[in-house]
Amino acid sequence: MSDQAFVTIKNAAKSYGQLEVLKDINLTVQRGQIVAIIGPSGSGKSTLLRAINELDPLTSGEVWLEDVQINRKLPHRQYEAHVNQVRQDIGMVFQHFNLFPHLTVRGNITLAPRMLKGLTEAEANKLAEEQLAKVGLSEKIDEYPSRLSGGQKQRVAIARALAMKPKVMLFDEATSALDPELVEEVNLVMRQLAEEHMTMIIVTHEMDFAASVCDRVLFMDKGVVVEEGPPSVIFQNPANERTRNFLRKHLSR
Amino acid sequence: MGLDFSVVPGYLGVLAMGAGWTMAITICAGVLSFFGGIVFAVIALYGHWSVRLPVRAFAFLFMGTPLLLQLFLIYFGLIQIGIDLPAFVAGVIGLGLHFAVYNSELIQASILAVDKGQYEGARTLGLSRGQTLRRVVIPQAVRAVIPPMGNNMIALLKDSALVSVIGVMELTLAAQQAISRTYRPFEFYLAAAFCYYVVNLALEAGLRHLERRIAASR
Repeated sequence: MSDQAFVTIKNAAKSYGQLEVLKDINLTVQRGQIVAIIGPSGSGKSTLLRAINELDPLTSGEVWLEDVQINRKLPHRQYEAHVNQVRQDIGMVFQHFNLFPHLTVRGNITLAPRMLKGLTEAEANKLAEEQLAKVGLSEKIDEYPSRLSGGQKQRVAIARALAMKPKVMLFDEATSALDPELVEEVNLVMRQLAEEHMTMIIVTHEMDFAASVCDRVLFMDKGVVVEEGPPSVIFQNPANERTRNFLRKHLSR
Repeated sequence: MGLDFSVVPGYLGVLAMGAGWTMAITICAGVLSFFGGIVFAVIALYGHWSVRLPVRAFAFLFMGTPLLLQLFLIYFGLIQIGIDLPAFVAGVIGLGLHFAVYNSELIQASILAVDKGQYEGARTLGLSRGQTLRRVVIPQAVRAVIPPMGNNMIALLKDSALVSVIGVMELTLAAQQAISRTYRPFEFYLAAAFCYYVVNLALEAGLRHLERRIAASR
């Protein structure tokens, strides 16, 4: 393994009974790299992303974050403790935000740092203020999520993930559930993270965004990585017929 | 002979004392049934079978037998095996556990209705299963269940009259005592009914206030 490898996926496979959703996938992401995973729905891209933090554990294969194997086979109790630990280093942002509706924005952001990192109330509040300022929502700190627009919710969800100071951020179609006019504000936050060299793995349907932000693009179909390369190659000059077909449909929209 | 409510004022003190005890027993049993309901619900959904099965059997017993009989068992029955509870405590335990079982059914359904994304959101931050339940799932489940659970609390208040049979000096028994002195059952039962009604109105107003307060956080 190269010393720069940050997230490593080796021979990843996953099946539900007879149905193989991931077939022998290998991926290495370096520190500070931004990788987009594109592909038709059902291609396994979300499943792959969710395998990285053990939300959908692989059937076989390995996932590493630096020198820690995330999907270690351990007895139940140790496995739970291990997974809870490594997840603190992996931020995840979901299509449907998954903010906690019973907590204010502040409560959403401070819950995990207070419980898991033992921050005092004052420290956690300062952290929440910093993270919210970063996503441009300082004035919403005492609102409940139900009072926020979709774009604002997603920015809070990003702030919540960042408050754990993760080493890598996973985005699972972060803008797919948003009204078109709200997409840009979320993209802006993600661009900002890119400029700060946050390591990111992004499952997306937004080709323009992937082309402008990512260092590498993976095209997946039917559980395999069909093609991967820099966005200039994948989007302008794809080698594979399936990639070309997919992009034709998506770029002509 | 007609109704003569002029005898009631002389016993207002007795009735007020009775109403006080009724409220005390309702509040104590209500709190027990609330927290008991959460505990039973979590055990029923996530407990190891060695805990879950006895709790199930216990819940089935409490739902399938009369509350009156349960009160007799707790107050008179337990003495035989050396557990001599004061009537008030026996009443609180009987009412509290009885309604805890009903609350548990509501809370279980409500826990199962919490969106899967909530678990995922919490777990990806690194929260354990237990932490996720305590801090994310159960608070939401409880908020969703406040309106139907309020109905149970109103039923609990009315059923608290049953503890008069084990000698707790609550509103119904207070009325009976006034009747035994004055031979005016209609007046005092009506007066007691009026008191229950007023307390219930207050309880309902409190519940509505609570529902409004949590509306923003759902």
